[in-house]
Amino acid sequence: MEKTVSFITQNFGKYDPTSIDSYLDIGGFSGLKKALGMSSDGIIELVRSTGMKGRGGAAYDTGRKWSQAASVKGDKKVVICNADEGEPCTFKDRAIMENDPFALIEGILIAGYTVGAQDGYIYIREEYRHLQKIVSAAVKQAKDRGYLGQNILGTGFNFEIHMYSGAGAYVCGEGSTLIESIEGKSGRPRIKPPFIKECGLFQRPTLVNNVETLVVATMVLTHGVEGYVCHGTERSIGTKLISLAGNVNKPGSYEIPFGLTLREIIYDIGGGIPQGHELQFFQLGGASGSIGSASLVDTPYTYEDLSKVGLTVGSGGILVVDDRTRVIDFVQSIQDFFIHESCGKCTPCREGNRQIDKIIGRFVVGAPRPDDLQTAERFANIMSNCAFCGLGETAQSVLLSAIRQFPEAFEVQGR
Amino acid sequence: MMVGSAPATKFEILTKELASKIDTIITNNENDSSKLVGILLEIQDIIPKQYIPMEVAAYVSEKMDIHLSRVYDVISFYAALSASPRAEYVVQMCDSVVCKVTGNNSLKDALQEYIGAGVNEVSADGKFALEYTPCFGACDIAPAIRVNGKVYGNLTSNDKIKAVLDRCK
Ligand SMILES: Cc1cc2nc3c(=O)[nH]c(=O)nc-3n(C[C@H](O)[C@H](O)[C@H](O)COP(=O)(O)O)c2cc1C
Ligand code: SF4
Ligand code: FES
Repeated sequence: MEKTVSFITQNFGKYDPTSIDSYLDIGGFSGLKKALGMSSDGIIELVRSTGMKGRGGAAYDTGRKWSQAASVKGDKKVVICNADEGEPCTFKDRAIMENDPFALIEGILIAGYTVGAQDGYIYIREEYRHLQKIVSAAVKQAKDRGYLGQNILGTGFNFEIHMYSGAGAYVCGEGSTLIESIEGKSGRPRIKPPFIKECGLFQRPTLVNNVETLVVATMVLTHGVEGYVCHGTERSIGTKLISLAGNVNKPGSYEIPFGLTLREIIYDIGGGIPQGHELQFFQLGGASGSIGSASLVDTPYTYEDLSKVGLTVGSGGILVVDDRTRVIDFVQSIQDFFIHESCGKCTPCREGNRQIDKIIGRFVVGAPRPDDLQTAERFANIMSNCAFCGLGETAQSVLLSAIRQFPEAFEVQGR
Repeated sequence: MMVGSAPATKFEILTKELASKIDTIITNNENDSSKLVGILLEIQDIIPKQYIPMEVAAYVSEKMDIHLSRVYDVISFYAALSASPRAEYVVQMCDSVVCKVTGNNSLKDALQEYIGAGVNEVSADGKFALEYTPCFGACDIAPAIRVNGKVYGNLTSNDKIKAVLDRCK
């Protein structure tokens, strides 16, 4: 039975992403047209009725975010599309920009109209240079045809889209850091308050949304909510784009209804583990997400069921790891990533990552000191509680979940 | 810094021709200081060995009226910008988890042998620089590398790796 669905991805392969005419041929921009005929409140109500949560990782309620953004005072608001996609094992926004760049532009326009913004910014990571070209070309065509600029479709709505490139820094995916980067600075997060919704890019009220979030909005406006809300479970409505990779036979980006079990995702969609190896664990939501041992494979992929077992949807990354990788080596690899990506602004993250790395290094070679495990755990908890931004707060998810689920990985070998 | 005091080497890299290309890049970006990151990326692309030499950083700082320390803050912060010379071909090997669990270790061995340099080194002929890099979103075709920004994946055999690098020769 076919387990994947196609709502967010329904345009994939249906039109030529380099041609606005081919997008118009499949009914492109009809979601925007519909939106422009509605009130801001009406659109927010529609988005609310999908119950959708943001797809960048933090799972913030999108209807609520838009409603807050709309009610902030200010006549020079900004919408930022976060296409930094730096989370390891995450490449679903790439799939959207490769296949359906115009739906993204349409989503930004819809968001901009809804919250009362005049400018949109698309921040694409440097590693996606080829996509920067595709999306820039689409923006240019949209502008040439009057879908961007002054008095769009004769409605009096004015909106421009500006393109910015990242330059290889994971932390720039964090909202306030991304703003610093667009302002031409190095990427270090800002203190809150002020919140970016009130004082963000160039001090203007700013709405930041993920690529997938914005495209869901386009699809819901274009095709109505029914095609979306008919999927999923009572509390995790709709569909999700996942990035499935690692030790699976068919890695890739897939759209699934919420509620499939991880087993269905890994075996039915992903084709199982290669060469007869055994599933050992999986990591959900990228490097900042927890790991779950094979015993959790029958957990349904929903916000509520995952949270019961200490897992999160996060970025939608699903990394499958078989018995060939040692848990402790995996933890070390994640630790290396966060050492590399820590911006160094706050002590818990800058120093905590280093100290924890030293300890993990001793476990890797099988020679930990007697109190190493407690110390690592204590430092990890300090980081989760005291780090300045989300990077440091979540960097230790893997370590803490590994200690819980694979205590034997932290035992002194040969004892 | 040595910029002013070393006139003999000042125009070694920053030729008139390069300066005028840099001017064009800055003008195309409306001399907008918020575009500094993108401007530096564009400039790095047109400089042999893919880096931002000191005199170029100084030139940009002067042209755009941005303090040199801020230009260097940006260059040193972002992994995609380099203050030191790299090579004609920059080979970036992903060392994040997906590539790790799908076998990038043998990929590393093969790359080192073929290029004749270790990680963070440049080959003797100055042609290849081998670098580690975090995940660049090609995890579905892991293990993967980038060569001058272009992605190559499923590099699970020496033949495939050789085929990619042979194209650069
Ligand atoms: C260190 C860090 C990196 C992040 N990277 C990304 C990213 O690459 N893409 C993204 O959409 N959100 C990322 N986020 C989440 C954003 O801060 C933000 O929550 C999100 O873009 C909001 O959009 P949404 O509500 O549509 O999910 C990151 C957060 C942190 C703390
Ligand atoms: S938690 Fe890490 S990335 Fe975030 S501000 Fe502190 S040092 Fe920088
Ligand atoms: S982990 Fe190597 S490309 Fe993503």
